[in-house]
Amino acid sequence: MNALCKTLTLTVNGEVRGFERPLTVLGLVDRLGLDTRKVAVELNREIVPRSTYGAVALQSGDVLEIVHFIGGG
Amino acid sequence: MDGILQLDDSWHVAGRSFASRLVVGTGKYRDLPTTAAAIEASGAEMVTVAVRRVNLSDPKAPMLQDFVPPSRYTYLPNTAGCFTADDAVRTLRLAREAGGWNLVKLEVLGPAPTLYPDMPATFEAAAALIKDGFEVMVYCSDDPIAAKRLEDMGCVAIMPLGAPIGSGLGVQNPLMIQMIIENAKVPVLVDAGVGTAYDAAFAMELGCDAVLVNSAIALADDPVLMARAMKAGVEAGRLAFRAGRIPRRGSASPSSPMTGLIR
Repeated sequence: MNALCKTLTLTVNGEVRGFERPLTVLGLVDRLGLDTRKVAVELNREIVPRSTYGAVALQSGDVLEIVHFIGGG
Repeated sequence: MDGILQLDDSWHVAGRSFASRLVVGTGKYRDLPTTAAAIEASGAEMVTVAVRRVNLSDPKAPMLQDFVPPSRYTYLPNTAGCFTADDAVRTLRLAREAGGWNLVKLEVLGPAPTLYPDMPATFEAAAALIKDGFEVMVYCSDDPIAAKRLEDMGCVAIMPLGAPIGSGLGVQNPLMIQMIIENAKVPVLVDAGVGTAYDAAFAMELGCDAVLVNSAIALADDPVLMARAMKAGVEAGRLAFRAGRIPRRGSASPSSPMTGLIR
């Protein structure tokens, strides 16, 4: 039970994953090995401004999209 | 001397000025180094890009931005893969956050095999994006009425297709493209359908402000060489348009004087 409480279940880019809490958007991007300057994050369908990554705490059940630019026409 | 080439012949969209009249896509290349080399050779200053989920299983994979730096090229994020106004707005909001700009390419396509612009959905998405503060360059059908309506709504550039995306068939409906150009006060770009340098030159000779090319460069046997060819084609077409071509006529007219002939 204790271990469960320490786990945060997030859906990131359609994948359900467990993370240790507490976790902010900044922490998540970092944990995923991504460069904050090259991605954009949507949390529960709302854009998270890059300047606020460190202040936005994630909750179990949150749904995130993390995107970047790729080749396109 | 070569005054015509030295004159400032830049074009403007959304308060930005571009010397190159070739806009290139960054899709379909075999790899990122080739993308970078071809875009460099094209002389383009504006490039279209797509917005997609980061691959979480390979976060260190090379990214487009490392090869085509946004500090050097104006990124024009597109809405490829969006089929509704909501999808388009959502995607471009993310693009704005990722890149920090609001100049975007709206494209809402119908299904294969035509991938023809879905105009009712395009109007709806354009309205939503403009309301949200975006500056919208819009991919559309070669329909002068639709083009005018998009301009009146506040789109900053009109981008009719020359032919279906990736078809390489060139401008199939030059009369309609010309009518769109004549009626527009915002830049008109032929977007889609260019197959080779000739097609780009032809589009520019019609009076387009710029041409957007992706597949014809990316899928050429030698993309870097084709990028140079497109650059030359766009420049040739632009110069020819400015120079004013001779009228077409139905009979021959001798190039050498018919007087002073020896007898």
